[in-house]
Amino acid sequence: MTVISMNSVHTPAAPQDGVQPMVSFRDVRKSFGALEVLKGIDLDVMPGQVAALIGRSGSGKSTALRCINGLEKINGGELTVCGRNLRARDFELRELRKEVGIVFQSYNLFPHLTVEQNVTLAPRKVNGLDASESRALAAEVLEQVGLSDKASSYPEQLSGGQQQRVAIARSLAMRPKLMLFDEVTSALDPELTGEVLRVIGKLAAGGMTMVLVTHEMAFARQVADLVVYMHQGRVWEAGKGTMLDDPQTVELRQFVGSGL
Amino acid sequence: MLGVSLDQYGFLVQGAFWTVVLSLMGFVGGTIVGLPVALARISGGWFLCRASSLYVQFVQGIPLPVIMFVVYFGVSIYGFDVNALVAAAIAMTLYSSAYLGEIWKGCIQAVPKTQWEAGECLALTNLQRFIYIILPQALRIAVPPTVGFLVQIVKNTSYSVVIGFFDLTYSAKILNNATFKPFVIFTAAALIYFAICFPLSRYARRFELRLHRRHA
Repeated sequence: MTVISMNSVHTPAAPQDGVQPMVSFRDVRKSFGALEVLKGIDLDVMPGQVAALIGRSGSGKSTALRCINGLEKINGGELTVCGRNLRARDFELRELRKEVGIVFQSYNLFPHLTVEQNVTLAPRKVNGLDASESRALAAEVLEQVGLSDKASSYPEQLSGGQQQRVAIARSLAMRPKLMLFDEVTSALDPELTGEVLRVIGKLAAGGMTMVLVTHEMAFARQVADLVVYMHQGRVWEAGKGTMLDDPQTVELRQFVGSGL
Repeated sequence: MLGVSLDQYGFLVQGAFWTVVLSLMGFVGGTIVGLPVALARISGGWFLCRASSLYVQFVQGIPLPVIMFVVYFGVSIYGFDVNALVAAAIAMTLYSSAYLGEIWKGCIQAVPKTQWEAGECLALTNLQRFIYIILPQALRIAVPPTVGFLVQIVKNTSYSVVIGFFDLTYSAKILNNATFKPFVIFTAAALIYFAICFPLSRYARRFELRLHRRHA
C-alpha cells in the first residue's frame, strides 16, 4: 500500500499553546458485527476550524461523523468532543448533544410542526426557554438561514433546500459549539445545493467549528481548513484544501480524478 | 309493518342501544388496556415486551364467544355473580385491547426511525421525543385503522348473545321467537347494524384518503 504514514497525517494545525481540540480522534475503531468500518482514526479539529471528510461511499466518513455525537458508539481508541471523553464512565450523552448540532442528508424535520415549532421545540423543552424567548430565537436563526418569512409554514410546503436550511436553523437554535453536516446536499437537486452551501459557508466564516461529510469537492476546497480523505476506514490523506491539487496517494488521485 | 308492530321495532332499537353501549365500553376499555400493551411492545424492557406479546397472541388465539363464556361462567365459579353486561364488557375489553394494541404498535413503528434520531440529536429525553415528536405523528396514522376497527367491535358485540346479553342480536332472537318472522326481523337487525357501521367505515375511508393526500 502506498500510504503515507498514519502518524504524520492527522494534524496540519496541531494543538498548540494549550488550545484543546474541539474534536480529537485517537486510534478510534468502530465495527458493525464482523465488519470493521473505522480501523484506527486519528484526527484533530481545533475550535473555529472547518474539517471536510471526503472519500468514497463505504470509506467510513459518515460513521466517523456519527461517532462524534454518539450516534455510533466506538469500540476502541479515544474520542474527545468538546472536552468530553465519550468513553468515560461519567460521560453524559445528552450533555454532549446540547453542544453538538447535526444536520442530516434527509433533513428529518418534524412534519407535524411548523418551521418555528421545529426550531424551538428543543430550546423550549431542553433549555427551558419561554414563549417569547423562543420566538425571538426562532426569528434570529431563521434570519441566519434566510427563511424569516417561512416561520409559520409546514415542512411539506418548502423546497428541499429550504427544508435543509430549516434543519440547520433547528440545530443552531441550540447554540452548539460544534456543527456536524452529514452529506447535507446529497438529496437536493443541483440547483438547490447552492443556497444550502452558502448558509454553511456563512457559518464557517462566522467562526463556527464544523465537521462536514461532503461530495462537493469545490466547496470542501473553498471552506475547509482541513480536508480529510478517508479510504477503507482510515485517514488516508489530510491537509489543506490545496491537497486536492497535489494528491500524495494513488487512491486520492483516482478519487479526485473520478470527478466526484 | 310487514307483520311486525312498531313496538316490536322499538324493542329492536332498545337492543341496538345496548349494542352501542357495549361497543363503547369495549372501545374505551380496549383503549385503556391496549395503549399500554402497544407501548410495552415498543419500548418496554425484555419482560414487558414478551409479556404483552404473549397477551396479544393469547387473546387473538381464542374465539370471542369462548372469551365471553370464560369471563361469564369462569368468574361466577369464584363466587362473584357478574351480570351479562359486565362480563361482555370485560370480554370485549380483552378482545379489542389485543387488536388495538397491535394496530397502535404498528402506527408508532410507522413513524420513521430518523424522527427519533433527530429528536435524540437535539438532546430531547426519550419521553419528550415520544410525546412531542412520535405520538402526534402516530396518532394521525392511527385514526383510519382505529375507526375501521370500531366496525369490528360493533359487529363482534353480537357474540355476547351467547351469554344472554340483551343486545341487538339478542333482541332480534327474542322477537323472532315471539313473531316467527325471521326474515323480516333479522333483516331489520342487519339494517340497524349497517346503519351503525356504515358511517364509521365512511369516516375511516375519508381519514385514510386525507392522510394519503398529505403524504402525496
